[in-house]
This record gives sequence, C-alpha cells and structure tokens, in this order.
Amino acid sequence: MENRSFYNEILTEHNIHPEFKHDLPDADIVLEGVNPSCGDDIYLKLKLDGDTIADGAFVGDGCAISQASADIMLGMVIGRKKDEALELGDIFLRMIQGEASEEEIDRLEEAGALRDIAHMPARVKCAVLGWRTLKEALTGQKK
Amino acid sequence: MELNYRKDFPLLANMDVAYLDSAATAQRPQCVLDAEEKFYTTCNANPLRGLYPLSIAATDAYEDGREAVGKFLNAGSAKEIIFTRNTTEGLNLVAYSYGLANVKAGDEVLVSIMEHHSNLLPWQMVCRQTGAKLRFIECELDGSVDLNKVESLINRRTKIVAMTQVSNVLGRENPIRQVAELAHRVGAVMVVDGAQSTPHMPVDVQALGADFLAFSGHKVYGPMGIGALYGREELLEQMPPFLTGGEMIESVTREGAVYAELPHKFEAGTVNAAGAAGLHAALDYMAQVGFAAMQQRELELTRRAMEGMRQIPHVQILGSDKPEEHHGIVTFTVDGVHPHDIGQILASDGVNIRAGHHCAQPLLAYLGHPSTARASIAFYNTEEEIDRLLESISTLRERMGYGK
Repeated sequence: MENRSFYNEILTEHNIHPEFKHDLPDADIVLEGVNPSCGDDIYLKLKLDGDTIADGAFVGDGCAISQASADIMLGMVIGRKKDEALELGDIFLRMIQGEASEEEIDRLEEAGALRDIAHMPARVKCAVLGWRTLKEALTGQKK
Repeated sequence: MELNYRKDFPLLANMDVAYLDSAATAQRPQCVLDAEEKFYTTCNANPLRGLYPLSIAATDAYEDGREAVGKFLNAGSAKEIIFTRNTTEGLNLVAYSYGLANVKAGDEVLVSIMEHHSNLLPWQMVCRQTGAKLRFIECELDGSVDLNKVESLINRRTKIVAMTQVSNVLGRENPIRQVAELAHRVGAVMVVDGAQSTPHMPVDVQALGADFLAFSGHKVYGPMGIGALYGREELLEQMPPFLTGGEMIESVTREGAVYAELPHKFEAGTVNAAGAAGLHAALDYMAQVGFAAMQQRELELTRRAMEGMRQIPHVQILGSDKPEEHHGIVTFTVDGVHPHDIGQILASDGVNIRAGHHCAQPLLAYLGHPSTARASIAFYNTEEEIDRLLESISTLRERMGYGK
C-alpha cells in the first residue's frame, strides 16, 4: 500500500508512542520549555549521576514535531556525558539550519529523521524545543 | 454566482489555494487596490495641511473615507470616527485615553472570557496602573452568554464593560445591546470589539448602545494598516489625546498646546489617507454585494463545512451546533493530531487555515483546548474549497500514522 504518512514514520511513531513521555519523580533537574508561537509546552526532567545523564523524561503538550523530537533526543542522550549531549544538540541545531555535514547528521542517528524541518521555517522552533531546553537545563543558562 | 465575486479578487482569481483564513485577514477586491493606487497617482499630498489643490484633493479623499465609515457604522456624525491602524490600536486608544482618565482604584472593568488579546491586555494594563479590578464574564460551553450572569457581575463599581461582538474562535454573536443596557444602568461605558462582526453583519453603533466600537479595514476587504474607532462624541470631547504631535493641534507654545477639534485630536502625525481611500472603496464594494447576499453564501458554505466535518470520525467542532451561529468561523480539533500538524498537512494540500490559540488563550484554556484549528469562510469562498478542506481533514489521522 502507498505510504500516505505526512511526516516520516520515525517521527509519527515517536509522536504516537513516545518512550520517554512520562513523569520522573526523582529528577534532579526539571525545566519548562515553551514555544509560544505553537503553544508547545514541555517539562524536561533529568536525573544526573555526576557528569552523566542517568535518566530522563518529558511531559507536556505540543505538535508532533516537538513531541517526537524531544522523545528521540532523550533516547540519544540518556547514558551520555553532559558534554556529549551538548555536542549532539549543537549538531542538531545546525542540521535544522541546514548547516550540518552528512557525517555529522549520521551521528544524530534517528534525530536525522528531522532534517527536512530545515525546509519548514515555521516549524524550526518545534523541532529544537527539546534540545534548547536540554541545553538550558545542562548549562543553567537561559538563551 | 460565487464565480462573479471571485473574479473581483485578483489573488483568488490567480492562485489555486483554498483560502479559509479570512477571519485573520480577508482578500481585497481590485477596486480597493485601484483606490489606493488612484490616491497615490492622482491626489497624493499631505492631507489636512496644504493650501494647494493636491492637498485639498488628498484631504477630501481622506475625509470622504471618514464619512463612509460613519455611514457604515451608523454613527451620529463623522466626527465620531477616528482613523487608526487597526482594531488593536482603537482599543488601546480607548484604554489609554478614556480608561486611565476615568478608572480609579477600587473600580471594576468587566471583560468577557472570549476576548481577543487586543481587548484584554489593554484592560489588564488599565487595572494594573489604576488599582482597579478586572472581572470576567464566562460564556457557556457553546459560546452563549447568560445575561443573568452578566447582570450579577455589573455593579456601581463597574466603569467599563468590554466585549467582542463576534468571537474570533467560536464565531458566536454576543448580546451587545442587552449588555450595553446593563452597563449603562450603572453609568459604565460599553466598549465593543467589532473586528469579527463588521465583515459579516450590519453594525449600528447607536442601536447597539456602543460607546466605543473598533474594527479593522483588512478584515472588511480593505487595506492593511487602516482601521477605525467609533466613539460617542461627548466621551471623545472629554478624553485626553492618545498620541501627541503634528496635525492634532490648534496652536502650540513653548509650554503647552491647544488640541485640535474632533476627530483630529486623536490622529497625530501624517495619516494613512490612501488606506482611508482603500477602506472607502471596500465599504462601497460590500454595499454593492450587500450583507444579505454575503450572509446567504457564508451560511451555505459554513453549513457544508460543518455537516461535512460531522461525518469525519475524531473531529470536534467548537461552539454552537447551528451554522447560523458561526458567522463563517469553524474552529475544530482532531483527536491525536495537534493543530499545528493539521495546519501543516492542510497547507500541503493547498488549504490555508489558522492553527494555534487565535490570540484568545484565556478562552481556549477555559474551554480546555490549548490550541485549535480554525477554518474561516467569506462570501467569495466556494463549495470546491470547502470540499478540499473536508477531503484533507479526512486524511489527517492516517497521515499522522494512526492507520485507516
């Protein structure tokens, strides 16, 4: 049968069946991320073990792109060092701006599925909401 | 019939899009574009000042526009019409000028929960600055307003009641005349947001009992950047100017100034005369089509949209069940599909609608939907455009990965 998905399957699957959209009662860091133009509103919750992101989750409401992107992000950064997570976030932001190389996008694994957002200027803020909130959470600074 | 209207609108005639966002901004007929161009090519000069023929022609074009707006709203006199940029500016003018001068600590300002942010934030400002209390008229789930509830909220402390005539989310008409009567009983003034009513129904400020009513040119098929505020003459006379500077004075000394007569007291700086000429042409165009014909078309199309949406599983329409209570505005949700994804997918099918909070966050929070999708219909729309909308909506869940 013809694939009639609008967004690719990775994105719709993470939107409908997110793995990390749940509460995390023992989180060390809880930070709200808001995208006022869309009304996307998430709470990112992280549990740290020294410099390592030991666990993470998010709750909230938003469009498929914001929700799927946050879910994919958590799958990638849990278990990683903070610095590595921030580096991936940097590549992700550049990918969305159409400035990342193919090698870099390969490193983003499933998050590479969002590369086409670069052609949807109105949705860039949705795609980067999770990553932007992660950066603020880990560096303790609002952009 | 509708094809006749459509040829009047160059964008619609030249583009293959289903334009269902007229509540955000309408399309303009050729005669409006011509009127603006005619102003710049035949009578461009700074109005209200020059003594030479061009400037007099510019002044005439501008003031003729004011007369036309006065007739459009059935104002008692053209002096009661202040040109603004848009509804937002008109409402801010009332809040900053009338509101700050007349509202005191302990007073109350009453607004409805369904106000566009432009008829809410100015009143929040007035209450913050004066120490007055902001109170809310909550509507029923279908968007109707219970006048008994309104009556119970109005008291001797109430100084201003601000309400939209038609909700930009639910499309429902509010009982402005009755609310104005209740407001006047305690000496409060009635401020009306006419942005969504003026495109769809005859608005008579005197019959409504409106003390102030603001609307936007771009929603009544006129240009962007021109709008008007109606204000009752006695009130405008007593109000301080909103903006000060050129073109709004009689005389200026080192220490002070004598302000110009109405309406110029409220129109500081060089005015948008071409916009006023364009708005004039738009109002003439609407009169030519006639509200009866516009309403009939809009009702037919709204009914088609609502009946079609009801056949599609997982779709909910906000507000009344009756198409005649929507004034072309059909706001909806689809289970499991965020409105921004709805908007994006519809856009890919050439269907242009609005998604989000529609600048009415308190209403959407009250109704329990953080955001929604909104299709809004004007008389120039067609059955074919509605069918494209319905076809696209019917594929949404499948395309978001929910299976058939």
